[in-house]
Amino acid sequence: MTSLLMRSIKFLVGLGFVGVLLIALWGTISGLIREGTPQTAEQALHEHPKELHLPSNGPFGKFDLAQLQRGFKVYEKVCAQCHSLNLVSFRELAGLGYNEAEIKKIAKDWPVKQPVFDNKAGTWGERDNTPADRFPKVYYAANGTPPDLSLITKARHDGAAYVYSLMVGYTEKPDAEGAKKFPEALKSPEGLHFNKYFANLHLAMPAPLTDAQIDTVKYTDGTPTTVDQMAQDVSAFLVWTAEPTMQQRHRFGVAVLIFLIFATILGYGAYRNVWRGMKH
Amino acid sequence: MSFPWAKHYEPKHPLMQWIDSRLPLPRFVYNAIGGGYPVPRNLNYFWNFGVLAGVALVIQIVTGIVLAMHFHSSAAEAFNSVNVGIMRDVNAGWFLRFAHANGASMFFIVVYIHMFRGLYYGSYKAPREMVWLLGVVIFLLMMATAFMGYVLPWGQMSFWGAQVITGFFSAIPVVGDWIRVWLLGGYAPDDAALNRFFSLHYLLPFVIAGVIILHIWALHIPGSSNPTGVEVKGEQDTVPFHPYYTAKDGFGVGIFLIFFTALVFFYPDALGHPDNYIPANPLSTPAHIVPEWYFWPFYAILRAFTADFILPAKLWGVLAMFGSILILFFLPWLDKSPVRSANYRPVYRTLFWVLMVDVLVLGYCGGSPADPAYIIASQLASAYYFAHFLIILPIVSRLERPRPLPGSITEAVLGTTKTA
Ligand code: HEC
Ligand code: HEM
Repeated sequence: MTSLLMRSIKFLVGLGFVGVLLIALWGTISGLIREGTPQTAEQALHEHPKELHLPSNGPFGKFDLAQLQRGFKVYEKVCAQCHSLNLVSFRELAGLGYNEAEIKKIAKDWPVKQPVFDNKAGTWGERDNTPADRFPKVYYAANGTPPDLSLITKARHDGAAYVYSLMVGYTEKPDAEGAKKFPEALKSPEGLHFNKYFANLHLAMPAPLTDAQIDTVKYTDGTPTTVDQMAQDVSAFLVWTAEPTMQQRHRFGVAVLIFLIFATILGYGAYRNVWRGMKH
Repeated sequence: MSFPWAKHYEPKHPLMQWIDSRLPLPRFVYNAIGGGYPVPRNLNYFWNFGVLAGVALVIQIVTGIVLAMHFHSSAAEAFNSVNVGIMRDVNAGWFLRFAHANGASMFFIVVYIHMFRGLYYGSYKAPREMVWLLGVVIFLLMMATAFMGYVLPWGQMSFWGAQVITGFFSAIPVVGDWIRVWLLGGYAPDDAALNRFFSLHYLLPFVIAGVIILHIWALHIPGSSNPTGVEVKGEQDTVPFHPYYTAKDGFGVGIFLIFFTALVFFYPDALGHPDNYIPANPLSTPAHIVPEWYFWPFYAILRAFTADFILPAKLWGVLAMFGSILILFFLPWLDKSPVRSANYRPVYRTLFWVLMVDVLVLGYCGGSPADPAYIIASQLASAYYFAHFLIILPIVSRLERPRPLPGSITEAVLGTTKTA
């Protein structure tokens, strides 16, 4: 008797969940039939990042220090007006190949200063940056909130390629078919700019890298200063800021892996040896 | 209990004799994982995964304790204490963090394989029900631990994940909202929630360690099952745990560490979500809130319930999501077939693989945006999940005609009778 009761309970619970799911399924399907799945402007026009080949790509990637220095220069001369790099310290620039004196100078000359509170006067003043300081906060009055760039290449899917695509995307044509279908979506609202690599299609950042920046940045290592090159370099630099220890991580990884493979082969030998003669 | 032919501990060294006669710890270890524990000789590699889960737990505890030395559990500082302090300033901090974050994923991979091993070989059946029940308790504790750990770095997914998961409690009628506020210590996740999550995240792994001791204790009463599901009949069916299975487990740990290393050093962010590199912002909701991959199947079940039928859809979803795990507690009594191993149960074996695919579909849907196509797939897959355990399995286990079992483990190993 009790077993019959128990048996029916499990069937009833099972039927309950299955039944409610079928009702929900009916709702989803009829909704789909009534409304279909109309394509949105974002679906028609948003594009995934273009490919970007950086020396730091892939499991064994390495940084190209000359490129990182160029990218830092782009950040310094252009992006730093609006974007902070709050998680990075000046002293870490040693990782780009700068020496102590150079870092001291970069920190001292940095246009945004460190705020200090004067206890006697009760007012805020400022002082020069030192290598021990992190890059200072940047205040931005215009439309939009520029995000801190320290981790940006980790904070977006396919981050480095995304930053690169965003930089060069302002001048690229949108998908012709999508544009014909959603002409309204191409018109930017006041204060925003169209960019097909940005998820919402319009963002508050005006094209940061244009021909106008070529003179401000001006590479000194013989690399041609083009918009595309600057975009690549600043992306490479932002890969570094997101994880300055990446190259070290790759190097250790190879050593640890070689050790483990060797140890595991020995372990396999030990296992075979112990089990020799024991059929299993 | 153990088998009558189990070897007895005889300390040779005077020091060990001295210790053993005062505190029989050496004897205890010998009988648990040494020469004194007879184990079926025919275990396949799927029986490595229990030990691997133990290794993963130890890795989590060791890396976690050191991380906790550098972590600040306040909403204002948590993100930077991880992303500046640990990742940049602490020596090898990046290694500790990536090992701990990916260690959680490895832990779940290993435990999922361990559980599916149990499902396939019927390890949950008498006399090992208690081993299985304690296993499900461990699984629930792991989920709670992993959820709270993910909140700690206080990124966007940390915050919104905490918001969504604690929101489950507000689905409870009448007192739900009150319970949620009580759990969080506020109306939204903030310092109070972060601090209690940190405290519990530090505590629970030790509770898990305790339950694992019970799990293994319960296992050692009947001893391990084996791929044939036929119980041990005599000494020739077993080998001593040490050196046979210590050697085999050692090799297994090597393979495990190779996969683990590849993740930590070469693809440390592959299983994480980019949004968690954005500091928590209560004013900006991410476009898609998704939990970590190991919760995806359950998240899909939650989202599959979209219809208000007597109860609100959200409450159905929450009930079903918890129900999908609680069902596992009843499994030993849902599957009444006397045959354990799916190798000898042709129908159940097919059902097992269908369930595997079903769970993978649920996982895929749970990690995808809530588009109608994914919702439909989740609804079908969730319905099948419940039907499998509550309707199909009880019927099949009564009607199925199993294939003939080998007379003993040794017979199966030596192939004296023809069996598959
Ligand atoms: C004139 C100010 C300004 C300059 C110069 C500038 N940005 Fe921006 N940036 C913004 C603003 C404002 C936003 C926020 C856009 C939004 O969310 O709509 C932004 C957003 C971004 C984003 C995030 C987009 C996203 O997915 O949310 C990236 C990446 C970025 N900028 C990179 C750069 C780089 C690299 C440079 C230098 C080459 C740069 N920016 C120079 C103002 C600026
Ligand atoms: C922290 C997590 C866990 C640890 C460390 C752990 C550890 C172990 C160990 C060492 C064994 C013996 C070796 C083996 O059979 O693989 C074992 C057996 C077993 N475990 Fe777990 N376990 C964990 C979680 C679970 C979970 C979540 C379940 C199921 C819900 C489970 C169910 C079982 C069963 C049924 C057995 C007996 C297998 C047999 O004899 O056939 N375990 N466990």
